[in-house]
Amino acid sequence: MQEFLQLVVSGIATGGIFASLALALVLIYNAMGLVNFAQGEMAMLATFVAYSLVNRGMSFWIAFPVTLVLAFGGGIVIQRVVIKPAERAPVLTLVIITLGLATLVNGLAGFIWGYVPRSFPSPFSPDSVDLAGVFISYRDLGVIAVSGLVLLCVYLLLQHTTVGLTLRAAAHHPEASRLLGVQVSWMLALGWGLASAVGAVSGMMVAPILLLEPNMMQTIIIYAFAAAVLGGIESPLGAVVGGLIVGVTVNLAGSYIPGVGGDLQLAVGLGIIVAVLILRPNGLFGRAAVRRV
Amino acid sequence: MNRIRTAPPRYWLVALTLVFFLGFPTVISSFLASEWTQALILAIAIMGLNILVGYSGQLSLGHGAFMALGAYVSAILAHRYKMDYLVTVPIAAVFTGGVGFLFGIPALRLSPLYLALATFALAVVTPSLIKRPAGLTGGVQGILVLQPDPPDFAREAFAFVTGTAMTSDQWIYYITLLLAVVLFWLAWNLVRHRPGRAMRAIRDGEVAAAASGVNVAGYKTLAFGISAFYGGTAGSLFALSTGFISPDTFPVSLSIQLLVGAVVGGLASIPGPLLGAIFAFFLPIGSNQWVPSQTWLPDQITSTVKNAGPAVSYGVVLILIMMFAPNGIVGLLRSGYVILNRRLRGASDPKTGQMPPDPQTV
Repeated sequence: MQEFLQLVVSGIATGGIFASLALALVLIYNAMGLVNFAQGEMAMLATFVAYSLVNRGMSFWIAFPVTLVLAFGGGIVIQRVVIKPAERAPVLTLVIITLGLATLVNGLAGFIWGYVPRSFPSPFSPDSVDLAGVFISYRDLGVIAVSGLVLLCVYLLLQHTTVGLTLRAAAHHPEASRLLGVQVSWMLALGWGLASAVGAVSGMMVAPILLLEPNMMQTIIIYAFAAAVLGGIESPLGAVVGGLIVGVTVNLAGSYIPGVGGDLQLAVGLGIIVAVLILRPNGLFGRAAVRRV
Repeated sequence: MNRIRTAPPRYWLVALTLVFFLGFPTVISSFLASEWTQALILAIAIMGLNILVGYSGQLSLGHGAFMALGAYVSAILAHRYKMDYLVTVPIAAVFTGGVGFLFGIPALRLSPLYLALATFALAVVTPSLIKRPAGLTGGVQGILVLQPDPPDFAREAFAFVTGTAMTSDQWIYYITLLLAVVLFWLAWNLVRHRPGRAMRAIRDGEVAAAASGVNVAGYKTLAFGISAFYGGTAGSLFALSTGFISPDTFPVSLSIQLLVGAVVGGLASIPGPLLGAIFAFFLPIGSNQWVPSQTWLPDQITSTVKNAGPAVSYGVVLILIMMFAPNGIVGLLRSGYVILNRRLRGASDPKTGQMPPDPQTV
């Protein structure tokens, strides 16, 4: 029981990481009906930026917001340079472009920082706290706290500010918003910036657990896909709930289902994706798609 | 005679290409021949992907998984059950095709975006799925594949032309070439006839196709099956030509490489996969060999370019092609030919200068 609870808590911590990246995917999906295959790689690049800042002697808690701002700006630049010229292209063209972007960013990071895995400093103490017999590490608690805070901020931004309202309006009804004076194109860029920053959080949280290298996010993005799909790919709340469910499920499956172990945990992620898409394509929180002929 | 004179230029191109590929191994080293074998294998796999993505409009990002399946079916049959390797190639192809057909059934329910997502996840998971049944697949150790010696007739014919003995690599090259020619010919026939028209109709408007009596589900799964059949053949030949397969032979980047080849060559075209395969195969090799030979570059740059060069250039090429030349090399060549033709003949119909989005055949 004790082991079970410990697994659940550390599952929630990794789930928070998946949730951040899944939320980034959902933000872009809502804005343009597109799954951004480069989301993980963009987060990886931001994490490398944070790594460089910390290496230059900056404290983690200063490097963290600085990286978020840089990631935000980077996301806007990417949207303007790479995505906007192809805005009206079919979705599959855009998907291939984001895939090209993922390959490009991955190669660039390898070009600049090389492929040798580096350890990324964790801002939290490695000790554990004893809660009624269940040992919970401060690192897990810290990850949960940071992810929770970020998700809360995004929620407040989207639901309780004018910018958030304009963002949502531009995503749902571009034509009507344009008539009301919303600069839809820039709102999409803002969405990309926001997604990039939220994704960067997941990168910086996961880097101390895995080692930092250009292919670090390749597995995380699969779990994030699973989380986003499970939550119904257009719902921010769904992404968070989905992320937590995927985190806990994967952690428990690795320990309790015989034959899964550490190396097939990723297959559990794939299993979740396929099962959700076949059994309940709209996920837990998605609305049924209505197709206009 | 008149038929030869009036043959459209594409027939001349096909004949020239055939002569080139037949004669090429007689003038290059055995090692280079094995590299061109792999380029041809890639072309077969990309043709499969092209049928799926280019003609039927279903995006698969996990075609490396079908190659892996074909490779392992062949290698296991040859290694454990001591079958003749060449016999295992069609078995692997049909088996993979069957699996692809079954895979196409759940894929029917997915929107194109979800299909891309699920197949991408499949590509990422493939290596760890292969590692698990270690008794069957050899786990991380992989499986060694014995390369067959060329038979006497081939040996004699080759010695007659070049005066040197034929190596197994060169024999495998000719096997691959034969299969590639047959498979390209089959694909050409497929896309010109009823199934090809049906697939394009589905791609361009699923509802309209269904309303016109096209069996949407049937042709979509058929496209998946055929595509996997090509992938399985390519995988089986790939194991034969490298002589060794392991889980790391089939990383995600293989699936990306296939997509790059399909997109660069030109989706929905028959020569596209060949051109795209040559590009996608020789780009990393070129950057690995050319860059280190430049002595004026600092060592550190050389080593990083060696590692990161292919990924960066693949990424840039994917983005640029999708933005500016969605019909790939073939599209560019074709529009160039149309412009040239108009200049030469003095015809100036502005309407024909435009490339149709999907030229029907070669």
